[in-house]
Amino acid sequence: MSKNNIKVALIGNPNTGKTSLFNQLTGLNQKVGNYPGVTVDKKQGVSKLSATQNAIITDLPGTYSINPTSVDESIVLKTLLKKDIKESPDVILVVADIENLKRNLLLFSQIKDLEIPTVLAINMVDQMSRKGISIDLSLLKKELNTEVVLISARKNEGINDVKEAIIRCHVAAKASPLCGINHKIDPDYFHKLKEISPNYSLYELWLMVTQNNYPDTITSEEKEKLLAFKQDVSKLKKYQHKETIYRYQEINKILKKTYIVDKSKATDIRSKLDKVFTHKIFGYAIFSFILLVIFQSIFDWASVPMDFIDSTFAQLSDFAKSNLQPGVLTDLLAEGIIPGVGGVIIFIPQIAILFLFIAILEETGYMSRVVFLMDKIMRRFGMNGKSVIPLISGTACAIPAIMATRTISSWKERLITILVTPFTTCSARLPVYAIIIALVIPNKKIFGFLNLQGLVLLSLYALGFATAILAAYILHKTLKIKSKSFFVVEMPNYKLPSIKNVLFDVIEKTKAFVLGAGKIILALSIVLWFLASNGPASFKNSEKNVIENSENQQLSDVVLQQKIASAKLENSYIGIMGKSIEPIIKPLGYDWKIGIALITSFAAREVFVGTLATIYSVEADDENTTTIKQKMASEVNETGGKLFNFPVGMSLLVFYAFAMQCMATLAIVKRETKTWKWPLIQLFGMTGLAYVSSFIIYQILS
Amino acid sequence: MNTIASLHIGEIGYISEESLDFIPLKLLEMGCLPGAEVQLIQIAPLKDPIYICVNGSHLAIRKETALQIKILKANL
Repeated sequence: MSKNNIKVALIGNPNTGKTSLFNQLTGLNQKVGNYPGVTVDKKQGVSKLSATQNAIITDLPGTYSINPTSVDESIVLKTLLKKDIKESPDVILVVADIENLKRNLLLFSQIKDLEIPTVLAINMVDQMSRKGISIDLSLLKKELNTEVVLISARKNEGINDVKEAIIRCHVAAKASPLCGINHKIDPDYFHKLKEISPNYSLYELWLMVTQNNYPDTITSEEKEKLLAFKQDVSKLKKYQHKETIYRYQEINKILKKTYIVDKSKATDIRSKLDKVFTHKIFGYAIFSFILLVIFQSIFDWASVPMDFIDSTFAQLSDFAKSNLQPGVLTDLLAEGIIPGVGGVIIFIPQIAILFLFIAILEETGYMSRVVFLMDKIMRRFGMNGKSVIPLISGTACAIPAIMATRTISSWKERLITILVTPFTTCSARLPVYAIIIALVIPNKKIFGFLNLQGLVLLSLYALGFATAILAAYILHKTLKIKSKSFFVVEMPNYKLPSIKNVLFDVIEKTKAFVLGAGKIILALSIVLWFLASNGPASFKNSEKNVIENSENQQLSDVVLQQKIASAKLENSYIGIMGKSIEPIIKPLGYDWKIGIALITSFAAREVFVGTLATIYSVEADDENTTTIKQKMASEVNETGGKLFNFPVGMSLLVFYAFAMQCMATLAIVKRETKTWKWPLIQLFGMTGLAYVSSFIIYQILS
Repeated sequence: MNTIASLHIGEIGYISEESLDFIPLKLLEMGCLPGAEVQLIQIAPLKDPIYICVNGSHLAIRKETALQIKILKANL
């Protein structure tokens, strides 16, 4: 990125099509990074404005105002207050929705007062005639004293006008406040404020005072003077109220001249759909049905590509073994890296399907109705209607889910949501569930159409949700945190999801997951392979011992090789680790091999399958290519029966449902709660619950 | 005195001037201003939250907030 690129910040209310515009401007030229110090995703992309001019566009989180009420929204303020000079934008592109122009202009008026060159893009103009709206564009430009562009981001209309406007605006570099805040409120007060520094606009100084947020460039003398203004808190609050009302008065004046709505021409399906989706019976029925469809399709649709990925990697591993020079490197590749990569790739179908459904529900506007339906219920458990989104997203991955709690402004409700979200069945549990269910639950239909395996999976999801809710209730009653709960949710208009937005969302989240969690899984696979193929003196002697011990027996070569491999694994470092915890896990029905998988699962659950893959491929003889599932099914226990029998399977399912086994989640909880206290409570509380529950299940069933 | 919470579904009221200090800043910013027209669109099945249309914005707010915002009912 050259220095001549224009830095553009993209800002707008939620539900204005900001993401659509971002996607249209940048195409696939996007990258997701982090803002320093916080984990809010920072989406940036390059846009070719003209033959000679590029822009770097930063997509800021959606907000209704520059005054933040949540972590997400505070990013906007920090970016605009030039916390970091390198990040400060040259031009601000404000996206507004034609139907809610009045409310959208509030944010615009605040931004304009920062005196940074600003372009206003009014989106969804293709809806104008249907909503009975007409607009006087040239007068609006004049009144707002800025570049105004009419666009339809979804239909890719007006995008070039936006690009041209950005260039014009950047070249002119003129910026003047729209409202100014001093005149009507308290001229004296604001005059004194402005006198503190000539380097900042009055509105910037006002934001520093009200939001307690200062640019790096501020001097200590200036800061001291600003702090003096913070003394009278009730006055600040009163002036903020007055400021907002004043802004709306100015906006109303402008819109009266330029914006006409003829309601008789408006056709709206919103009220009809709302009657159904928020109905006291149909509302919940539809929501339950949607959840059922999502979970059934994860199991049904994903199984085909998953089986394909599973067998492909088994063949690939076999191919490497038989075609490369035998040696340590080939072993590392065939037994460490290939199964490790396969263990990451195998989740992509499930994660992508889940993110696809979530993206569609959010895009259509339906998710807000769910928040509306669920708020009262969730509040009884110390959460918020908005907690539904993290809890559903948690079925894909707890990491984005915990980040999604940032929109909850009450700290107690947010904390409880963060703490219980890891109980929901994330996709890392799915491969574990899938393989165990396939082993211990018969694949048959009940009532002719319900897949029994699917039904067990659904019950595990229900168990996860129920435990999350129950844990939330206990936390609600025990946590002594005072925090003001405030709740307001916009109910956006219903719309058809844009395929482009949905696909970009799915690709981006899946990529972030694979690259993030994938690294841990791959690294652990290699460490595991090393621990499984090395060991102390007994490991090196194991081959000799087996041969000596079986000299008198007439063993075929294949059986002998298997015995050697098995003895080697038992005496390897990992075998020793697994054996040393065997006494603890025996009451749950697990042997030391499952013990190894449990140990590695504490880094991340999905490693369970990868670990078993590694263990069994180390153990298996070379001539037989079998999938992990087949290998597991043929494992026998001490009494000669199947190792993965019904009691062991159920005990494992429950253990994985409850235990906190994800390093990445613990790390994100630490970052979001700013202390180790909460992740440690999760780690010990959840794992303790898992141990006790699995113990009870196994003892009852066996 | 009537508040937003005392509206029936479909009924319209106007936010009274004296409510100003009781309206959270965030709601003001979303268009819930003194003098603005407010219509109750839907009440959630468990009687809370409520779904209103104020100043063209469609919002869901909790009853506890609605109870703090006084209104004058429109004469039908």
